[in-house]
Amino acid sequence: MRIMKYQQVIREGYASAMRADASTFIVGEGIGRRGGCFIETLGLYNEFGPERVLDMPISESAFVGMCAGAAACGSRAIANLMFLDFATVAMDQIVNQAAKFTYISAGQFRMPFTITAMYGLSSSSGAHHTQPLYPWFMYVPGVKVVMPATPYDVKGLLASAIMDDSLVMVLHHRELINLKGPVPEDDYFLELGKAEVIKEGSDVTIVAPGIMRYIALEAANQLASHKISAEVIDPRTLIPLDEQTILASVKKTGKLVVVDEGYSTCGFGAEIIAMVNDRMPVRTKIAMRRLHTLSVPTPYSPPLEKAIIPDSKKIINTVMEIM
Amino acid sequence: MCLKSKNIQTPDELLSLLKKMLRIRYFESAAKDSVLNGKIPGACHVYIGEEAVAVGVCNLLNKDDYVISTHRGHGHCLAKGADPKLLMAELFGRSDGYCQGRGGSMHIFIKELGVLGTNGIVGGGLPLALGAGMHAKLNKTGQVAVCFFGDGAANQGTFHESINLAAIQRLPVIFVCENNLYATATKMTEVTLTKQFADRAQAYGIPGKTLDGNNVISIGKEANEAVCRAREGKGPSFLECLTYRHLGHYVGENTDYRPKEEVEMWLQKDPIVMLKKYLVDNGLIKNEVISQLECEMKNQIDAAVVFASESPYPEISDVNRHVFVNEVI
Repeated sequence: MRIMKYQQVIREGYASAMRADASTFIVGEGIGRRGGCFIETLGLYNEFGPERVLDMPISESAFVGMCAGAAACGSRAIANLMFLDFATVAMDQIVNQAAKFTYISAGQFRMPFTITAMYGLSSSSGAHHTQPLYPWFMYVPGVKVVMPATPYDVKGLLASAIMDDSLVMVLHHRELINLKGPVPEDDYFLELGKAEVIKEGSDVTIVAPGIMRYIALEAANQLASHKISAEVIDPRTLIPLDEQTILASVKKTGKLVVVDEGYSTCGFGAEIIAMVNDRMPVRTKIAMRRLHTLSVPTPYSPPLEKAIIPDSKKIINTVMEIM
Repeated sequence: MCLKSKNIQTPDELLSLLKKMLRIRYFESAAKDSVLNGKIPGACHVYIGEEAVAVGVCNLLNKDDYVISTHRGHGHCLAKGADPKLLMAELFGRSDGYCQGRGGSMHIFIKELGVLGTNGIVGGGLPLALGAGMHAKLNKTGQVAVCFFGDGAANQGTFHESINLAAIQRLPVIFVCENNLYATATKMTEVTLTKQFADRAQAYGIPGKTLDGNNVISIGKEANEAVCRAREGKGPSFLECLTYRHLGHYVGENTDYRPKEEVEMWLQKDPIVMLKKYLVDNGLIKNEVISQLECEMKNQIDAAVVFASESPYPEISDVNRHVFVNEVI
């Protein structure tokens, strides 16, 4: 199988979707001749032209809303937001407009609109280019939240997201974009709402989305030397969430640690732990912990930035607490 | 087909404009009464006094052209061809409403008429209008999009972002600013030094005009140019229509913030009174014909209220449908 870089797969995914449907277009800042901030749109401009690969003024509200309007009318729209932090200046269009169109029109309108953006604490990118804001969007009815973490997954999940008739946010961790992995040449779709058990185990379940799957896997391998068998699950999509895979694992292990790069308050860990609590029989005893990035604005200085993110040592310590 | 000098001076056409304006006037009057007697459960912003804008502009549109509306949007829907029964049922929160009671006054969507929503967010509709224009341009459909908004929205960031983006992409969008002088309760002169919002169009390189928003005939004439320009692929235009809402920002609001003399002055310029006077003074239509028309429209709206009152509430078991397309959550 071909070995490809994550960023090349994004590019291939866009191109494939645009070839399949002439009403599909992509907008963003510097995505045309430049080919995107992470060269993830390189070549699209030459293939599809300025009518379908549109460089935007720095007006996120206007271009996100433009995509929503076009999607409602029947085009298939992709907005490349560059960094997820920039969604904050387009929140009305995402939350009040695009997310609600289908419901409040009683299904008259579809919303085939995909927003893609980078997130992730890395490279001293500071407080405005790193924020793990994805739990905000989990909260809003009408938004699907997809977080691929491998080149294989990004191809199948991005294809499904673009073909979905609802608003989908596909969020890439910027530390993963140079990651290489096997990717089939043929098009394929990965169903939204299917988690992947990336390591089977019997003593503790670790749920770790996005880049955290790699940190969790590293921790799980080290735990093995302590005779602790950890099962690691990458949910891959946060909305819809594959509750069954998580529940089946927790039933087996009786212990759960959620590891997430987002903040803890009202965050992904809180949601997963509450979901497990709600779904399990009343008297079931399950030890549960969550491990998150410290709730501070992302500091610039490398040692500070590194200190606030979950790492394998923190994961091991957290697992040990509940063993 | 775009007629450069579309003639709306024939008695029949003028009568049709009057009919549409009367329909909106009676509808809004009934909506106001229905808020006060509790039949409409939610907030309601009525369009009384501003009818000439929606009718003058929408009269030029095809059924498949798009309209992006505001929180004060019933008039836009009716002018685009909405059935008063289904519209009233939506305001009543009933199953026969255009959105089966999911939307209400500020969230009315009518796909078959290209109505992409009234909107609860001031300035929220402008970017959506770009999308309708983008869809028409990309797929070469020949459709245009009319984006209604008020003087309040003209001070939102989306106003500036959207006009700039529509201009550079030459999108077939007509921006129609219904300047009723008050953004909720705040007078325009207290929130901007801009004298005319049309001046802002110039800043973004598109044509902009300030019009008498109570004169349906002149609005139609100017809007026709803007619609033609859009349909011919020449890009967006901006029309500022000076008008006035006779009532408060919402039904039941205390409107003491507006001087009595100012209200009186604008009541004298009621767009329906002005059109009737024009028709009668020029011998185009007789008073009896107008009276008949008024009676017909009033009956139509009375029937809409009865229809809405009798329509059942939506099934509660259905409340989890349509969050995502074709999915039940």
